[in-house]
Amino acid sequence: MKKIEVIQNVLEANETIAKRNQQLLDKHKVFAINIMSAPGAGKTSLILHTMSRLKGKLNIAVIEGDVASTVDAEKVQSEAKAVVQINTRNMPESCSLMAAMIELALKELPLDGIDLLLIENVGNLICPSEFILGEHKRVVISSLPEGDDKPVKYPLIFIDADAVIINKMDLLPHVDFDIAAFRRSVAGLNPKAEVFQLSCKTGEGIENWCSWVLEQVETNATKR
Amino acid sequence: MHELGVTENIVNVALAKAREAQASKVIQINLVIGELSGFVPDCIQFYFDSLSKDTIVEGAVLHFESVSTQLRCRNCSAIFHPEDTQWSCPECQGQSVEISKGREFYIDSLEVE
Repeated sequence: MKKIEVIQNVLEANETIAKRNQQLLDKHKVFAINIMSAPGAGKTSLILHTMSRLKGKLNIAVIEGDVASTVDAEKVQSEAKAVVQINTRNMPESCSLMAAMIELALKELPLDGIDLLLIENVGNLICPSEFILGEHKRVVISSLPEGDDKPVKYPLIFIDADAVIINKMDLLPHVDFDIAAFRRSVAGLNPKAEVFQLSCKTGEGIENWCSWVLEQVETNATKR
Repeated sequence: MHELGVTENIVNVALAKAREAQASKVIQINLVIGELSGFVPDCIQFYFDSLSKDTIVEGAVLHFESVSTQLRCRNCSAIFHPEDTQWSCPECQGQSVEISKGREFYIDSLEVE
């Protein structure tokens, strides 16, 4: 019997495709954001607000990832420059978007006419943290009804986030969510993450978030 | 369940490395997996059994070496294994930490003949 040294990352196949996706996006000057959260935290609502607020400033396309249905794609259709729905139910694995799925979706998008690509991941706080897609920024949404302990329970997704959004701020009087404790947990895991408090219901705080998005897209564009 | 893709990758890497070494059979695949990794060894084993069929890796033992979580306190630089869900530092009780070990997942080596 002989031993062969290997030392190779098991996730390398996904990471190689992700790198290729980012090169393609960069070539066409498209900035991509991967939006992750538990189901129902407000990913689609945030995308809708972001598109309507940044209309006229950026051409925005959306990739919708869901286990099944085209419900979300239909909702964003009228505002987006282009939408691709990925149904992971038809894929060998369904709990998260993966770089190979994005590679296929990018083929269906008119990349030259797009400045910003919003990728709505499958609602899940665990699996998406293992798979990069080729995005430039990773964003996690937590909403008040979920409770303030999510960074403690699902640390990985928060550790890798560039921005963390606290959504449904309008519910604060009705739920026991300790904003300071949540922000402390996030800062402890990931001091560099930007934290935004907003409500997709009332529109409060959306402007700050959109300014950050615009700034990221512009900073990235001048770098290229 | 998201172990299919990574298991395919394990089989492909093992096949390529074994061929390179002109081995006729892979006996064991040694994998190193961090405690914080979201991948489940039993699931990988399940996919492995069907993906490796009729290849020289069929029947190989998947050996998982687990790496326990190791955190570093950003405040006092202490290295520690978390004892609570808050990941607080046992030295200074600080709660700003970074992961130094526990997220790895790689193929370490193969045993072939």
